[in-house]
Amino acid sequence: MLRLHYNLEKLSMGLVVGIIVAASIGGIVEIAPLFTIDETVEIPDDMRPHTPLELAGREIYIREGCYACHSQMVRSLADELDRYGPYSLAAESAYDHPMLWGSKRTGPDLARLGEKYSDDWHSQHLIDPRSVVPASIMPAYPWLARPLDTEILSDQLATLARLGVPYDAEMIEAAITDAMGQSQPETEAGDAVRERYGADVAVRAFDGDPARLTEMDAVVAYLQSLGTLTNAPYELFAEGAQ
Amino acid sequence: MSDDPRLNPDPDHEIDAHTGHREVDPVTGYDTTGHDWNGIRELNTPFPKVALWAMILTFAYSVIAWILLPAWPYGKDFTRGLLGLDQTEMAVEGYRALTADRSDWMAKFEAANFPALQADDMLMLPAMAAADRLFQDNCAACHGADGGGGPGFPVLNDDYWLWGGDPETIAETLHVGINATGADTRFGQMPAFDWMERGELGALADYVTALPQGNADADSEGGVLFAENCSACHAEGGIGGMENGAPALTDRAVIYGQDRASVLETLRRGRQGVMPAWSDRLTEAEINLLALYVANLTQDDVEGQQ
Repeated sequence: MLRLHYNLEKLSMGLVVGIIVAASIGGIVEIAPLFTIDETVEIPDDMRPHTPLELAGREIYIREGCYACHSQMVRSLADELDRYGPYSLAAESAYDHPMLWGSKRTGPDLARLGEKYSDDWHSQHLIDPRSVVPASIMPAYPWLARPLDTEILSDQLATLARLGVPYDAEMIEAAITDAMGQSQPETEAGDAVRERYGADVAVRAFDGDPARLTEMDAVVAYLQSLGTLTNAPYELFAEGAQ
Repeated sequence: MSDDPRLNPDPDHEIDAHTGHREVDPVTGYDTTGHDWNGIRELNTPFPKVALWAMILTFAYSVIAWILLPAWPYGKDFTRGLLGLDQTEMAVEGYRALTADRSDWMAKFEAANFPALQADDMLMLPAMAAADRLFQDNCAACHGADGGGGPGFPVLNDDYWLWGGDPETIAETLHVGINATGADTRFGQMPAFDWMERGELGALADYVTALPQGNADADSEGGVLFAENCSACHAEGGIGGMENGAPALTDRAVIYGQDRASVLETLRRGRQGVMPAWSDRLTEAEINLLALYVANLTQDDVEGQQ
């Protein structure tokens, strides 16, 4: 075997072919399962995509680099289940492009954060983390109080729809008014969001002021939606934990 | 004459049988590659045996792993492996074991018989340590690590309560939350009085700001406005105690502050503080445990002051 390699090293084209063959095996083993990913990841019936406002919040979450310190995946380990709740399912991030599982936790995992704390707490915590958690080392994000730019939301929904996220033509058309509507409870626009995305969608003035649509509205709406897009992981875990 | 050593074999050196090269370095005894850079020749050091064996063992391990563990994908499925291991099942089993370890004392908290639980010192000792962990994980973000509250978030280690501070009431608050998403949630809203005129708002704010000092004049414009608009929830004279979520305004314990600017802000915008409901996130026993822990925070504080 070593003799073969010894001789191959002297033949440059032979060595090139050998490298291509060896690397391809590694590549195919990693890539091949993705060919059937549509069948292997089962999307639960109650799974909803993010609303336009949550999606805008997700973009800000990416922009500010939140994923660098916060993961969004409860791993299948007993102590994680004890602390955070049900382990994450692949389907939960099937509509995420890109997914934000993350691999490093300077702060806690956020996969089950939705509706754990109040909107007020999130706003205050993002503007000045030390005012509510004195030991926190999270940076402050006071500029989130500025108005939210909604201009690209329709295009963004359309792009995601092409990638297989179930946004219909009506949702794409109404993306900008839906983003505004989700922060205005008890209005027609607010009700329309629930009609389109489901009755469980939180329609609230996330930053405390329904008159203004800010980046804070978007980020808090997104954080409050984490882990609430489907009930499947909770049901699966409840079955197993009995 | 060419410099190529292959064309000018040195008769003093034998041809190496293994590599076919002609030159063996006399100091190390290793073969050379036959390359020559201005008289410097490169040793052709053999592949270390340790690395070779490590590679063979790695290959052997991978073959064993393919047979024993989940390994090869094919279409919609994958080879399960002879051991039949499943990481998620193992995690859930581990979680069940964790819960079972605690269950000998945790199970006693499933019934909300608080006086009996509190009297059992041997039970409270491990339980309160666990409750502290639960409190830090779930409650401390808003209420502070020691229950000392925060701006806009209630203090839990004093004796002022909006809904009642006995363990039963605290457990109920934990279950349903305040202004939370569920249908049974406690509902406490301070409406916005933005329809009042500026002068009226100012007079009312003056009256409310003066309440804790005890020098508020009930016959002043603010006092009359208070009696008409506020006393239904905050009680006559703002003494509170109606356990409807509306605070007493006489005890200096208003969570949003009682200076004139804060009162005006509250009057203009209203306040709808939210406490999430915990019945989906915590078990019955955990809620009862936390209710006792929070009730004890108050007792510790009151005892500390005496």
